[in-house]
Amino acid sequence: MDASWSPKPDVARSRSLATVIYEWVDERLGLEEILALARKKTVPDHKYSFWYYWGGLSLFFFFVQVFSGVLLLVYYRPGPEAYESVRQITYDIQFGWLIRSAHSWSANLMVFAVFVHMFSVYFMKAYRKPREFGWWSGMALLALTLLFGFSGYLLPMDDLAYFATKVGLEIPAALPLVGTFLTDIVRGGPEVSETTIQRFFALHVVILPLIYLPILAFHLWLVQKHGNALPPSEEAKPESERRTIPFFPDFFSLDLGMWLIALNVLSILASLYPWQLGPQADPLAPAPVGIHPEWYFMSQFQVLKVFGRWFPGAAGEALGISLFTLAIVIWAAIPLFDTRTAGGRRAQIATYFGYFALLGMIVFSIWGYLDLK
Amino acid sequence: MPDVPATEHSLEQTEVAKDASRRTFVALGIGALGACYAGLIGYPVYQYLATPARKAVAQGAVTQTVLDGADKLPPGSSLMFKFGTTPAMLIHHTDGSWVALGAVCTHLACTVSYEPEQSRIYCACHGGVYDPKTGQNVAGPPPKPLTRYSVEVQDGRIVVTKA
Repeated sequence: MDASWSPKPDVARSRSLATVIYEWVDERLGLEEILALARKKTVPDHKYSFWYYWGGLSLFFFFVQVFSGVLLLVYYRPGPEAYESVRQITYDIQFGWLIRSAHSWSANLMVFAVFVHMFSVYFMKAYRKPREFGWWSGMALLALTLLFGFSGYLLPMDDLAYFATKVGLEIPAALPLVGTFLTDIVRGGPEVSETTIQRFFALHVVILPLIYLPILAFHLWLVQKHGNALPPSEEAKPESERRTIPFFPDFFSLDLGMWLIALNVLSILASLYPWQLGPQADPLAPAPVGIHPEWYFMSQFQVLKVFGRWFPGAAGEALGISLFTLAIVIWAAIPLFDTRTAGGRRAQIATYFGYFALLGMIVFSIWGYLDLK
Repeated sequence: MPDVPATEHSLEQTEVAKDASRRTFVALGIGALGACYAGLIGYPVYQYLATPARKAVAQGAVTQTVLDGADKLPPGSSLMFKFGTTPAMLIHHTDGSWVALGAVCTHLACTVSYEPEQSRIYCACHGGVYDPKTGQNVAGPPPKPLTRYSVEVQDGRIVVTKA
């Protein structure tokens, strides 16, 4: 080695402690490789780019759910004391009302973001080859999100929670053959009780997250693997006319900006419209007048109600549930139907089916609210 | 690289300096905003988690505890009670004297026990020994004596007061 060699003094001095630590970690974990990957990655830039943010927003609200949920876990007690513990969180523990309110509001915003994400993926036809698994894993995540919503709704055990769960569980109970048996297992008996809370609690904080997280990881890995899909209108353009922006730092900063907006919206809703706690559930008290499901279950609820009117008795319910199951199966199978990369008859049918589903959801939801009075 | 004329060089330097100061300004701005958000989220979360501790402090801020019927305690025995939120013990010695001591070991906070047959207060966790009359630490690891309260025997009750 050259004995006269030494690092240039000014260079050595300019290397800050942060740089030294970064280099030490990078040498061992290869951070530069990840960053190089992030720099190389690009995101399409076009007039529908706005819809690319909704998956990230869903993820943001999921993070809020984990954070606020863990905080609620500090004081929540499932079982016979469930209502009392939520009462304490809401009224005795400092800022408990805010954390509970943030959890409830973020749950609703998450469901909303997931729906927007799903429909935008649908209309941009981002489910086509090679992204079929993205569509299916996304459907699974949506189903789990709704189950999170349903199971979490019971936990405060106020009157609304009690009756919502009671009514909601009548739907699987109407399934032929296995319905009653299955529902009794989920409910922990023939009635919604402390046993049900304990089960829903285990479902809400352990079982569902255990299923949700690996599917979420798979879903995100697919996004990384295939990148953002181009909508058909962009696909039709020649390559030279398509514009992209680098994922890092450009798209990443915009994504963070959207998260900041989401955080502000959530803070305003949670603090100005705090989530209420009704009176304690009482099986002997009549159901409160005007009781209705949360907005994201409203269209399904209304369909069942309408079918019940047209076809009285068990037939209406069975028909409604069958129709729903069929719609969900078609919805899930759409990547297998609409396979052409260029537009065509099938692509058009798929788009019309999407409009039909979206419009159906909106119309039945509005009808549901109007029908309450 | 060819030599740069002196004037152009200094111009480039001022541009670099301007750029650096703008960069610092933006970084500081984002940092300050981030700190604001962290504070706005952190403060409610801290208050939320700290509520029981604060309530316990309020409950523990007592100066006196009344033990109804404790005057019937036979000589040579002890009674555990809570002074505020901390465990404490009342000892009626065979010579008729009364002593009230905090029952939390000064070593690592285990609850101690009165052993009349050995005439000592013993901590089972690490073998600390205290004098049952004074609360003085006499053997083992405890660094300090037990907290001592003053005792007043009244008719039908005993009043323990912070010394």
